[in-house]
Amino acid sequence: MAGIKAPERPLSPHLQIYRWPLPMAMSILHRITGGGLYVGTLLMAWWLIAAGTGPNAYATFGTFINSILGRLILFGYTWALLHHMLGGIRHLIWDSGHGFDPNEREWLSFATAAGSIVLTILVWVVGYLYIGGAR
Amino acid sequence: MTEHRTPLGRVRGLGPSRSGTEDFWHSRVTAVGLIPLTVAFVLLVISLLGRNHAAAQQILGTPLVAIVMLLFIGMSIYHMWIGMQEIVVDYIHDEFWKLVVLMTNTFFCIATGLACVFAIFKLAFGV
Repeated sequence: MAGIKAPERPLSPHLQIYRWPLPMAMSILHRITGGGLYVGTLLMAWWLIAAGTGPNAYATFGTFINSILGRLILFGYTWALLHHMLGGIRHLIWDSGHGFDPNEREWLSFATAAGSIVLTILVWVVGYLYIGGAR
Repeated sequence: MTEHRTPLGRVRGLGPSRSGTEDFWHSRVTAVGLIPLTVAFVLLVISLLGRNHAAAQQILGTPLVAIVMLLFIGMSIYHMWIGMQEIVVDYIHDEFWKLVVLMTNTFFCIATGLACVFAIFKLAFGV
C-alpha cells in the first residue's frame, strides 16, 4: 500500500524513559553477568588446560592472570559469578512463589546488589591475605 | 493446498527453542546444584592462589577436588548452554541466523566443556 502513511500514534515509553527500578536493573544485570560468565569459562578452560599441559604453560597463564589486566578480568569474573549466584537464589525464591510483595522485591534486589559487592571484596581480601599480599 | 492439521497440531513443539519446559526445569535444577559447587570452586581457587604448577597439579588431581571440579564444569556448562539459548531466542528473530548462533552455542559449550573435563582427567590420572 504505497503512498498511504500510517497516522502518527503516541508511542508508549520504553526503557530509556523510565527511571530504572532496582528489580529491573538486577534482572538485566543477571543476564549480563550470565553472558560474561559464559565468555569467562574460556578463562577457566585456559587455567585447567595450562595446569594439565605443564609448568611452562601454567607459568604463561600465571603471568597473564597476575597482570593488571588479568586481575581486573578476574575481579570482574568474581563479581559476575557471585552476582549471578545471588541473583539465581533470588529467582529460585521467586520461582517458589515467595517474595513478591513490593517491599520484599525491593529488599531481595538490594540484597543481590549489595551482597555481590560485599562478597566480592571479601573473597579478594581473603585471597590477598592468603597469598600474603600482592606479588 | 488445503491444510488438514488442526491449529494445535501445527504449533505443537514449535516454541522458539523447539521444545517444551525441560530447559526451564533443567536450568533450575542446575542452578540449585551450582550454589554449593560455586562456593567450593571459589574456595578452591583461593587455596591455589600463588601456588606453582606442581602444587596446582597435585591439588586439582586429588579425587575429591577433581570430582567437585567435574560436577562444577558439567553443571555450569549445561546451565550456560540453556541460558545462552534463552538469550539468543529472545534477541535474534531471523530464522537462519538464530539457527547459526544456536549451533555455535552448542559447539562452544561442548568444546569448552570437553576441554575442561579432559584437563581434569589428565591432572587426576597423570600421563
